Formats: sequence, structure tokens, C-alpha cells
Amino acid sequence: MSVTPAIDTKAAVRGGKRKKGFVELLFEGRAFFALIAIIVVFSAMSPNYLTVSNFLIMASHVAIFGLLAIGMLLVILNGGIDLSVGSTLGLAGVVAGFLMQGVTIPQIGVILYPSVWVVVVLTCLLGAVVGAVNGVLIAYLRVPAFVATLGVLYVARGIALLMTNGLTYNNLGGRPELGNTGFDWLGFNRLAGVPIGVLVLLVFAVACHILLARTAFGRWLYSSGGNERAAELSGVPVKRVKIAVYVLSGICAAVAGLVLSSQLTSAGPTAGTTYELTAIAAVVIGGAALTGGRGTVIGTMLGAFVIGFLSDGLVIIGVSAYWQTVFTGAVIVTAVLLNSLKYGRR
Amino acid sequence: MSALDGSYQKGEVVLAARNVAKAYGNIHALKGVNFDIHRGQVTTLFGENGAGKSTLMKILSGVVQPTSGEIVLDGEPIVFASSSQARDRGISIIHQELSLAPNMNVRDNIFMGREIMTATGVDFAEEERQTRLLMAELEENIDPLTPVEDLRLGQQQIVEIARALSVNSRILIMDEPTSALSATEVEVLFKVIRDLTGRGVSIVYISHHLEEALQITHHAVVLRDGAMTAYAERKDIDLEWIVRHMVGDNFDLGSPPTGYEKGDVALSIEGITVPDPAGAGYSVVDGLSLSVRAGEIVCIYGLMGAGRTELLEAVAGRLKASAGKVVLKGRDVTGQSIASCIRDGLVLVPEDRQRDGLVQTMTVGRNLSLASIGAFTRRLFTSTSREAGLVGEAIRKVHIKTDGGGAPIGSLSGGNQQKVVIGKMLATDPEVILLDEPSRGIDIGAKAEVFKLLAERARQGLAVVYTTSEVGECLSIAHRILVMRRGRISAEFGPDVTKEQIMAASGEAVHAH
Repeated sequence: MSVTPAIDTKAAVRGGKRKKGFVELLFEGRAFFALIAIIVVFSAMSPNYLTVSNFLIMASHVAIFGLLAIGMLLVILNGGIDLSVGSTLGLAGVVAGFLMQGVTIPQIGVILYPSVWVVVVLTCLLGAVVGAVNGVLIAYLRVPAFVATLGVLYVARGIALLMTNGLTYNNLGGRPELGNTGFDWLGFNRLAGVPIGVLVLLVFAVACHILLARTAFGRWLYSSGGNERAAELSGVPVKRVKIAVYVLSGICAAVAGLVLSSQLTSAGPTAGTTYELTAIAAVVIGGAALTGGRGTVIGTMLGAFVIGFLSDGLVIIGVSAYWQTVFTGAVIVTAVLLNSLKYGRR
Repeated sequence: MSALDGSYQKGEVVLAARNVAKAYGNIHALKGVNFDIHRGQVTTLFGENGAGKSTLMKILSGVVQPTSGEIVLDGEPIVFASSSQARDRGISIIHQELSLAPNMNVRDNIFMGREIMTATGVDFAEEERQTRLLMAELEENIDPLTPVEDLRLGQQQIVEIARALSVNSRILIMDEPTSALSATEVEVLFKVIRDLTGRGVSIVYISHHLEEALQITHHAVVLRDGAMTAYAERKDIDLEWIVRHMVGDNFDLGSPPTGYEKGDVALSIEGITVPDPAGAGYSVVDGLSLSVRAGEIVCIYGLMGAGRTELLEAVAGRLKASAGKVVLKGRDVTGQSIASCIRDGLVLVPEDRQRDGLVQTMTVGRNLSLASIGAFTRRLFTSTSREAGLVGEAIRKVHIKTDGGGAPIGSLSGGNQQKVVIGKMLATDPEVILLDEPSRGIDIGAKAEVFKLLAERARQGLAVVYTTSEVGECLSIAHRILVMRRGRISAEFGPDVTKEQIMAASGEAVHAH
């Protein structure tokens, strides 16, 4: 009504800015501080938590979610969502298991036993195809991402169940005389003491970070996720970018499926059920905005470790599995709450 | 069809703005405006785009709060915390874009959010009865059960008015109510307005059709650049008075650059036709031809809906033209994608910088470099140092006031944000630049800077085409001024044309009935 209140608010805003420093820092690094807090609390509660061997075990659990979360981050940066990654993971494991059993070609009466590397390549190709289906549905046929990937979630799971008749492939070891041994290398071997799965995650994380930070594709992705219309008017091939992120997400899911079935030395058709939600949670805890355009690989990795270290920690101190679910949910909601505090203003 | 002939007693002031100012960040949309609304009379607010008309109306109807100043209702100061509070006090606004739910019927739209309830649920029968009464009052034969999407635009407007009346509004604000109406629908609307004023309802009217507004108004208020420049009663004024006060003495927006030879034809548009994107079956751009030489600046003036945006978007590859050719430097680029148009040197600066121009999640620098990523990418990887060089050069050349390339885009003023959008396209080193309303929503100083920049680049051989809906901006740097009306060019002028000539050619001064 008068001029005075307006001046008062301005002064308040300025005052608020001045004392923000420390809070701001806590807020920016919230996923990091959450991880530190989890480690500190569980280390205090159990002597077994803060050991190298435990950390490596937990890290190899995180590797599965982490790989899915990297793909999911790309999709979410584009302003989309990929609900099919859990099913793709399961299907990839089953297909790998199927190939390891040997492929019978009745016409010429031979059974082919592809070597492990061929299996890996074919499985990744499968993930890419599933992702491409998602991408084409969303980018060209204009199906909303949520619906398209939900449909693919069901279809992929159904195919996995059909292929196995609901059973599990247990014999993934291969036989030396067939030349297809080594599938368990991904899940069990270690390089310099670090599980291969964790190294795979590390390689993917670094590659994805470089992709986002240092390539034209990364710039296209951030801009089309931030404002697709503006990106398109600036000459960004927004449709191709959209398809590419779903393809990459499918490949990440396939690799996660390989690592998981190698860790378990079995491939079941229900592997990875609801993992897509864990992956979304990791991305969100890592500070990415579900509306697209904001998020980093480092944040997402922290998010994946927060979830993994929290649930493993609860197991170690003997909390019931039911409570783990409650805790995980609370962490996710808190993370989204903090994100909306940060981005919600506009 | 003369103006209401003074048969009303001089209306007392029911609602008034006293020294109202509104600032959005650094942009002063309103600078201490006084505005009176008289009981049972029509007050028309005149002004160009960006003069602050909408902001003032939003303040009066409680949609936004003024930064300073006060609103006086019936002689008492009042603060509206929300538009629903204002509505409770009898103030309703009918926006240019109607706020009806198209999937619902007339009755449900009128009672949306304040359904008449009985113990067993909504009393549809009573709602329907009241809707019929309202329609009878407005002498409109609209069935209450018709879905709104089946009504013509004019009828939808009547539904909006009925909704306002159903809450006993005594002050009705109408923002460009006739812009989408046919001539007969305008007649109906004016009859409704006269009936309403006869019953003591006060009307605030905003329109770009000046002569039309003069038919209906009792009072005229002119806004320019957020300040009130003139007030008069209808009987004391004419069209010329309004135009003079709307446009004002020209702030110097520059003059056409001279002293150099223009080059060959850079862009040639031949008979381009664009169908209405909404599928209404007519052409928004209708067989339009135009050619621009290197170093030449062409201004396209036209009202909203004249087809300016569609023309530029079709040329730049955003919209599909149904006929016609676009030739860039002798090469046919018709139907090319936006990306290849940019590569070939034909770029578009869109009209709505928030929606189409900027990526709000990225920094100033990344916005600036977005259209020229290829220029600093070697093999697979972007080069940080080359990008920094490109961004620094853009900031310098376009004179962007920023804390550097790393600043968030939201920290810039509207004018500087606009310079980022222009700078982004200039960084691609184009041959032809199309700018759709480059001065929209930026202050006069920034406008002058933008025009100066374009003049400089034209001197270096860039072909510039810009659109505007402000006459003052036609008479600045343009070598040629084209007036666009209903998808065609209705007149072509040199830089020595007068504002009145331009306005007459656009159909603004004389409404085409």
C-alpha cells in the first residue's frame, strides 16, 4: 500500500543473502553430506561397517543400481523417464543365459556356443534395441515417456518369462571344451582387489561424465531438456537426442543385467523388478530435476551410494527388511523435498 | 453508431489506482500511474504493446500486487491479496485468452468453483435455470448444456461475461475482447456493453482497434512506457489525439544506416503460403513474396494475427509452408530443417524469448554458444577455451551486461536476455537474420541498443528482417517498411513514411467491417 513495506522486503532479501553461505554449502552438497552421515552413523553402530571388504561388497551392490541410474540420468536430463530399465535388466540377463546354454539351429543341425564376448555384445545390442523402441515411440510417435516405457516394462518382462517359461538359467559358467567360459568374470573377479562390477560402473560413470561435460551431445542434451523449443530453434537435433538417451539407457540396463546375472551365476526372468524405481530415486537424490536440464553424474553416483550404503547398513545392524523399505522411502521424499526447495521457486 | 451521447450523469469514481508502480526486477512496467474507473461508464486504456496496460489491469483485478501506490475502492484504500478477493468485491477481468474449460458445458463453466450445492450434491437444475436467465439477460440464444468448445469465439466471450455477471460484478475489465470477433459479434458485444453500463456496471476496455474503441468509450486514458501520458473524455478527443499520445515524441531509435553499397539479394521469398497451424482451413500467410538484399534492413509491421510470426517461422524452417519458395543466396532452402538453415546462414530470433529463446537451466555463456557448438568442437570434444573465446566475443559485441558467461540466465534483465538470444544467433555468423518482435518486453534504452547493433551488422553486409507491432519502431533503422495484414503485404513504404500512413495500411486506425 505504501512505499515502506516494499523497501522492507528488499532489505530482508539482502539480509537473507548475506548469512546464506554455510547453509548454501550444506544444501549444494546434500547428497555428499548424507552419504558421510550414513557412513558415520553406521560405523558407530557396527564395527563391521567401516571395513574395506564391507565397502567393496556394498559397492558391488551399488554397481547394479548405479549403472541403471546413469542411463536414467540421461533420460531424466532430457525431461523424460524410463520405467523399462528394470525389465530390460531382467530380459538382458535371460537372453545372456539363453545364449550361454547354446543356440540350436535346427536347419543345419548344430548347436552354437557363442563365446562370452559375443554374448556380451549381443546382450548390449538387445538393450539398445529396447531403448530404440522406447525412443521412437516417444520422439516420433509422441507417446508420453511414462506410458511408452511402462508398456515396454510389461512387454520386456513378459518376453523374459516366455523365454524361460518362468524358470531360471542356472548354468552360466560355460564349459572349457565349448570355449565359452568366463561369464562369472564380471561378477566375481577383481582387479587390484576391486570387483569388476564396480570398475564397470566407474568406467561408465567417467564416460558419461565426459559425454555430458565435454561433447556436443552433452550440450544438446542439457539444452533440449531445459527448453526443447529453444534448443530446436538453435539447431539442436532434439528428436535424435531423445532417441539416443533411451538407447543409452537400454544399454546401461543390459550391462547391469550382465553384471547381476554374473554376480548371481544365474539369470531369472524376474530379476530387476522395481529396480527402475531405485534408479529414479538415485538420480533424484543426486539433485537432478525431473523436469529436465539439471543433474550431474557425480550427484547421481552419490545418490546411488546413499541408497546402497543405507540399505546395506540397515542389514548389517540387523534392522528388519521392512524397515529398510520405510527408510529408503523417507530418504527419497526428503531428497525430492530439498530439490523442490531449490528449483521450485520459479 | 455514435459514442454514448452523454445521457449519463457524470459517473462517480468507483475504483481508482493512485500512483501505482510495478517493477519486475530491473524492469519498471508501471511508473506511478493514476487511473479512475467511473460508475456505469466505459473507460478505455490505449497504449502500444509493453506500455503497461496489462500490468495495470492485473493490479486492479488483484492478480499481481503493486510495488508501490494504492488501490482505492469506493473511496477507501484496499489491498487485494488475490484475484478471488477482487472478484468478491465485484471486480472481474476477462482475459484476452479466455479462461473457460472447453470440454465442459456452458452451465458448468459459469458455476465452476462455486457450484450450487444441496444436501445430495450439485443442484444442476438451479444452475441451469440461472444460466438461462443470464443468457436471456444478455439476449444470447446459447443452450446451457452446450460444450464450450462447440461455441464460436464470440459466444465464448459472452459466456465469460455471463460468468462475471453471475458473481454480481460491478466492474468488468475486458482485455482486447474484440481481437478474435467477427464484425457482427463485435456489434453484439457492444450492445451488451451498453446494456451493462446502463445498469451501472463499470467497464474497463482495452483494444488495439482504436476507432472501434472510440465508438464505445466515455473516457480515454493513454499509457506509454509504463506512465500515463494523457487523459480525456470522449467528447474532447479524436483518433489523431490517441495516436499522437500513444506513440509520443520519438525516442531516438536510430536511423537507417547509409553510406555503403547494399549487396545482392540475400533472401528471396516467393509466394509463400502457410496454412493455419490450428487447422482452421485458411492461410495465415497468403502467397507472400519479399526479397531482401545483403546489408538491407526491412521492417514488417502488422497487428497481432497478421501472420508475421508464421511468415518468419516458415522461412526459418520451423513451420511447413504449403506453397512457395525460400531462396537464400540463390540456393533453394525451402523446407529445410532449422539446423540446416542455421548452417546455411539463415537464422531466426523468436518472438517469445522465455518460451523459445532461452534455456533457463543453463548459464549465459552456454545459451550464447548453443547455436554454434560445432564451431568449438574438435572431433568428439568441445574445447573449453575456444568456447570461452566465442562467449566472451559475443558478450562484448552484443554489449551484454552480465557477471560473465557463468552467470545464470535468470540474473539478467529482460533487455540483456534478449541480447543473449540475438547474440546466440549472431554468433553463428549468419547471412540473413530474421527477428520476430525483437523489442518485445524490453525497455526503451535496450531497444535503442538492439537496433544500433542490428544497424552495425547490416553495414557489414548482414540482411536484417524484423517485425514489430509498434509504429515508432518502424521509423528507426529500416530501409524499407512493409505493412502486413491478413497474411499479405498491404503496403510498402520508404523510411520517410508517417506513423499515420503505416497505421492506416495495417487496418488499425480504420477497423475493416
